[in-house]
Amino acid sequence: MDAILIQILNGLDKGGAYALIALGLTLTFGTLGVVNFAHGALFMMGAFCAVLFNKILTISKKVKDESITFFDAYKETPYLEIWWGDTGTAIIDYSVPLSIFFAIPVMLLVGVIMERGLIKHFYKREHADQILVTFGLAIVIQEIIRHFFGANPIPTPAPEIVSGSAAVGAFFGLNENLVYPWWRLIYLAFSLSIIAAVFAFLKFTTFGMVVRAGMADRETVELLGINVQKRFTVVFGIATVVAGLAGVMYAPILPPDYHMGMDFLVLSFVVVVVGGMGSLGGAVLAGFMLGLLQSFASMNEVKAILPGIDQIIIYLVAVVILLVRPRGLMGREGVFED
Amino acid sequence: MIKKILSSNPLIMLIFSAVVLSAPIWLTPLGANYPDLLQKFAIFGIFAIGYNILFGLTGYLSFGHATFLGIGSYTAVWSFKLLTMNILPAIILAMIVSGVFALVIGYLSLRRSGIYFSILTLAFAQMAYSLAYSVFTPITNGETGLQLSQQDPRVLDAMAGIAVTDGIPSTNLFGTLIKSMDGYFGFYVAAVMLIIAFYISLKIFRSPFGMKLRAIKSNQTRMKYTGFNTRPYLLTAFVISGMYAGLAGGLLASIDPLAGAERMQWTASGEVVLMTILGGVGTLIGPMLGATIIKYFENIFSALNDSELHNIFDFLPAGMQEFMVTVVSPFVGEGWHLTLGLVFMIVVIFLPGGIMQGLNNLFGFIKRLFGLGGSSSSAADTVSKGEAS
Amino acid sequence: MSKKTPTLDRRGFLKASVATSMAAAAPMFFIQNSYAGSHAKTFRNMPKADAKSVTLGFNVPQTGAYADEGADELRAFKLAVKHLNGEGDGGMMNTFKPSALKGNGVLGKKVEFVTGDTQTKSDAARNSAKRMIEKDGVLMISGGSSSGVAIAVQGLCQEMGTIFMAGLTHSNDTTGKDKRRYGFRHFFNAKMTGSALGPVLKEEMGTERKAYHLTSDYTWGWTQEESIKETTEGLGWKTVKTVKTPVGAGDFSQYITPILNSGADTLILNHYGKDMINSLTQSVQFGLRDKQVNGKNFEIIVPLYSRLMAQGAGKNLQGILGTTNWNWALTDDGSKAFVKSFGKEYGNPPSQAAHTCYVQTLLYANACEVAGTFYPPEVIKALEGFKFDGMGNGATEYRAEDHQCFKDVLVVRGNDKPTSQFDLLKIVKQVPRSAVEYEAKIFGGELGPYKV
Repeated sequence: MDAILIQILNGLDKGGAYALIALGLTLTFGTLGVVNFAHGALFMMGAFCAVLFNKILTISKKVKDESITFFDAYKETPYLEIWWGDTGTAIIDYSVPLSIFFAIPVMLLVGVIMERGLIKHFYKREHADQILVTFGLAIVIQEIIRHFFGANPIPTPAPEIVSGSAAVGAFFGLNENLVYPWWRLIYLAFSLSIIAAVFAFLKFTTFGMVVRAGMADRETVELLGINVQKRFTVVFGIATVVAGLAGVMYAPILPPDYHMGMDFLVLSFVVVVVGGMGSLGGAVLAGFMLGLLQSFASMNEVKAILPGIDQIIIYLVAVVILLVRPRGLMGREGVFED
Repeated sequence: MIKKILSSNPLIMLIFSAVVLSAPIWLTPLGANYPDLLQKFAIFGIFAIGYNILFGLTGYLSFGHATFLGIGSYTAVWSFKLLTMNILPAIILAMIVSGVFALVIGYLSLRRSGIYFSILTLAFAQMAYSLAYSVFTPITNGETGLQLSQQDPRVLDAMAGIAVTDGIPSTNLFGTLIKSMDGYFGFYVAAVMLIIAFYISLKIFRSPFGMKLRAIKSNQTRMKYTGFNTRPYLLTAFVISGMYAGLAGGLLASIDPLAGAERMQWTASGEVVLMTILGGVGTLIGPMLGATIIKYFENIFSALNDSELHNIFDFLPAGMQEFMVTVVSPFVGEGWHLTLGLVFMIVVIFLPGGIMQGLNNLFGFIKRLFGLGGSSSSAADTVSKGEAS
Repeated sequence: MSKKTPTLDRRGFLKASVATSMAAAAPMFFIQNSYAGSHAKTFRNMPKADAKSVTLGFNVPQTGAYADEGADELRAFKLAVKHLNGEGDGGMMNTFKPSALKGNGVLGKKVEFVTGDTQTKSDAARNSAKRMIEKDGVLMISGGSSSGVAIAVQGLCQEMGTIFMAGLTHSNDTTGKDKRRYGFRHFFNAKMTGSALGPVLKEEMGTERKAYHLTSDYTWGWTQEESIKETTEGLGWKTVKTVKTPVGAGDFSQYITPILNSGADTLILNHYGKDMINSLTQSVQFGLRDKQVNGKNFEIIVPLYSRLMAQGAGKNLQGILGTTNWNWALTDDGSKAFVKSFGKEYGNPPSQAAHTCYVQTLLYANACEVAGTFYPPEVIKALEGFKFDGMGNGATEYRAEDHQCFKDVLVVRGNDKPTSQFDLLKIVKQVPRSAVEYEAKIFGGELGPYKV
């Protein structure tokens, strides 16, 4: 029972990340009809927003370190600490959650520039061309990040207060010793609220209504004299922000490096097709489902029967779904079915 | 008349062979004349030419072709370990085994088209990679990579009475014909294979089979409505290109008998897509050209550093020199991927036909400039289009 | 370095004559360029008698899980080249004995170098090594921060007849079942880690423990798991389970959660570099270090660790036991001289990876001086059985049977009261060489021929 609870939490946690990335991917696909292979790179850029923000906060003054006698070494003290003392330290400690406010405008800008500058020209081209040009873009973004931040992962810790773990066992009335890291619980809650926000936005605002109508039947909406394109550009921006935020909050779980986007890209595409191309609900459902499946597949008991299943389970599910039900779990009939 | 001669198979083959076999001479000024890189040019040329038979002719974008290259390599190394150090059986086995895998994966993946086909191949490739990397370690030796050892049985060699006493024997071609595959001999073996591979690809492009594949690309639905079953043709193309990849993998292992799982990763599959697009998808020469350019970048550009850049810009005044080095250095050395990504984007955006299209445009422009007239009579044009004859 | 024209060695030339059919197609120029082998001691990349310089190849990971170590190795190589050419303060050149080094390059030729990126992948590492040998004409290759890579490159170097001075590689296989005549390792190995760590573990944690291993899934992880298991089971510990994890997994949560309920009270992390930073940090986040199991405090052991990793793992590593090849806080003359000159150059002390690479470069140069030639078989003979001192680990010997260096090993603990940002490891015990020695034949393997 204990093990199962932990695996469920683990699966939901992973699923949260998958769902967030797949949600953005589906938004772009559903609205603009564009297959964006640079989406993983946007996730990575989000994580680097956290890194950059942390770097800005910790711009430091160098003071000679007297304790080292072999050579000249320097201690670094951030200016924030020098100016504001403990308040400064606290701000630096909270750099990851604070960088959300930094990441939103940055990612929105990136998204709009990307759509206006590049993606716009590819609406009418084949999906293969879209894949290829965004694949090229992903490489370029990745290399630019590497040029400025280096190839090494950069540890970006969560605030001190949530760096430990929560006694979930006691909370559920199970084994007292059962704990789960705070930050992962926060990530789960965060991903759920972002997903809820995106759905509420599409459901309850006029803007969202137009977007949904445009997704269903673009021509008719345009005939009504509504500028669908402009709204879709904004949606692309939102998708970028969602990917970016998923990245920001993931930084304490996995120290960001320039290549992390590529690792998530393939997974998130699998999530999207399992959920059904263009189906937002499907993307979320599939994200959590695959997260849970992967988590259970990596239990030692399961691996004892099927060695290595944890490495391939996601792809296996994708293959089966694509062969048996190509429109995915929740995809509409006829959309991209073949 | 001239057009006909220029596009005739024997002449194309003659020119192609001459260019390939003389590569060590004309690549010297470019700093690319050393065996390892020459071998890579030839081997990845084969890989890209084979990939082009699928993607170029049918338009099916596979993101998992590196799997077959990896399987070819593993097969070849196992052939060296168990049977003989002769490369011929290794290469033949590599092609057969990757062909079988291509048959199975192709059969399943080709049930879908478009992006679903791409994702299916991607999923299969990632599965194969994960399995090779950390599950089937007794067969693949995981991360470390499959290597030879002095104690390997080598049944056929043992039967032929070839005793190994001192170190690991080299891969060879019938022992006496070519005693070892390293250096320029490796290149010439690969080059001969490349010429054969190119010839077969030429034949396929200009056969009724090739025509059918192109018809599938231009309008599959119409083909189906006319009662034409497209799947066997697609599957054949898939298996052929898988076997090309297996050949490339087998050659890779023949020249350097080590097989690692990394060469199966999806980014490696992405690389062959880049090669094909960059050179010109659907053209005969394009993929080979793309492979050469990317491997050149990877090996020469990636090794440039600031001091070498200073040498290159030596002719400039000091201030200018500094400036140029600062501007150029992010794009070479470790940053060569950046150049690659940019070039690739530019090609996809402005030149969907790749470098071959660029060359065609250039030839057309020159012709117009000199008022020669005639829209498509250059040799490059006919070679690039293939279907012209 | 791109000025060098391609040449063909004597062996290749002979092959050329045999393969007459191929030679017909071969362009004539490279045959003309070869110094047709009449002299007995020609070899690949032999420097011309009037050459002003020789080139060494430094093949280090610049990307991947071990990139930090790679960057530090490269710094050490550059420093070693400087010192060999008589620039800078000389570092260990002043303490190394018996030394034949003169500070004017090697055998009077200035030392130059080329670098490559192994990407922590066997394929890429071999490609880059091949480029160095064939295009840049290097005489020796050094570096590497993964045993998988080291073994792959070592195998290549044997085939190509180029000496390989391994950098950071800790697998038993490097000088065990995969040892090669042309490969030399100064670094210690998993077997020695086990022997050094055993007594300390017994003293601190007793003889009744249940251990759970997380192991990097490649040659180094496998042999370290084996050696540590052998040691701990010798103490009377039980091994609950061993789980292999892919290199560069990033998120280890799925491997860590099963430990919580396994009944184990000790976690042994056979991880290195970024993998170890991630798995350790996540283990701590999952509350493993605060746990009580079987009435004992849950303990984590990291058998091989370095200061660079301690920097990445921060306070998570405090109090955790492990071993290291060398530490900058050692106070012998050699270590002091090296730390001083490295610190002056780069503003931080060298890591153990930097130390071993620096030493290897000097040892190769010295062997050339002793042999009086760059001819690899002679250089190899000069290295085999070579005894030296003043390089930071006390009296050291390159064992002739397996090309493994034998020297003292350090058992260390993550420092809980660091006095500076570099003071991260506390030396618990300096285990003497005699306690970590073993028979060369226990691992099997063949060195292979001197002449290839």
